[in-house]
Amino acid sequence: MVNRKLVGAHYGLLDWLVQRTTGVVMAAYTVIVAYALTQGVGSSYERWLAFMSSTPMRFISFLCVVSLCWHAWIGVRDTWMDYVQPAGIKLTLHVLTVLSVIGCGGWAVQILWRL
Amino acid sequence: MAAMSTTSKKRPKYLNLIKIKLPIAGIASILHRVSGVGLFLMLPLLVWLLELSLRSPESFEAMKQVAAHPLLKLILIGLLWALLHHFCMGIRILLIDMHIGVDRLQASSSAKMVLAVSLPLTLIVGAKLW
Repeated sequence: MVNRKLVGAHYGLLDWLVQRTTGVVMAAYTVIVAYALTQGVGSSYERWLAFMSSTPMRFISFLCVVSLCWHAWIGVRDTWMDYVQPAGIKLTLHVLTVLSVIGCGGWAVQILWRL
Repeated sequence: MAAMSTTSKKRPKYLNLIKIKLPIAGIASILHRVSGVGLFLMLPLLVWLLELSLRSPESFEAMKQVAAHPLLKLILIGLLWALLHHFCMGIRILLIDMHIGVDRLQASSSAKMVLAVSLPLTLIVGAKLW
């Protein structure tokens, strides 16, 4: 039997997996958008709008926004955990990070929603 | 006695950022963090630019004007570097997760590769956009 203290926390496997999965999603998105930009989708408003409002882009843009938020939360939270010792400041930074990630994510989704 | 003194050496409880001296893989690694935090802090700016680019033909032009401001150009090139570095380091991390390039020599040469790709690519793409 595994003998370890249960302290109500998960042990990082989910975060590890999420960080990798969301990273791959964003890397793929970056390559797709960068390639499209070299093909001139950013040359005019009409082309840019047509590109971003196409069905595949609506699908993966949303995935990318969700991935970005989740990835940023884990990464930034780990950074605070490593460098900020006073519990009060750390907790405040965690809360501010969650709020700003959710706010930015919601804002980005609204932009995509309007397309 | 020498062995005793090394085993009883006091280890730091957390990293002292000023005293620590990093190998190349460590530099690439800390830059992964710096670039990630930078992208996170500038996220509202990026979402705002995305919004301008998609709202209307007028705001599309306005976005171009905003992005053409020298200060913003500087920030955007910094973010471009952050994205490229984070991207390359991310691939390196995924490869190491798959047990590719784990030993020290390979790990340090892959860290050099990350820098050798992300820095020139930033300059090339940055120069084109500027």
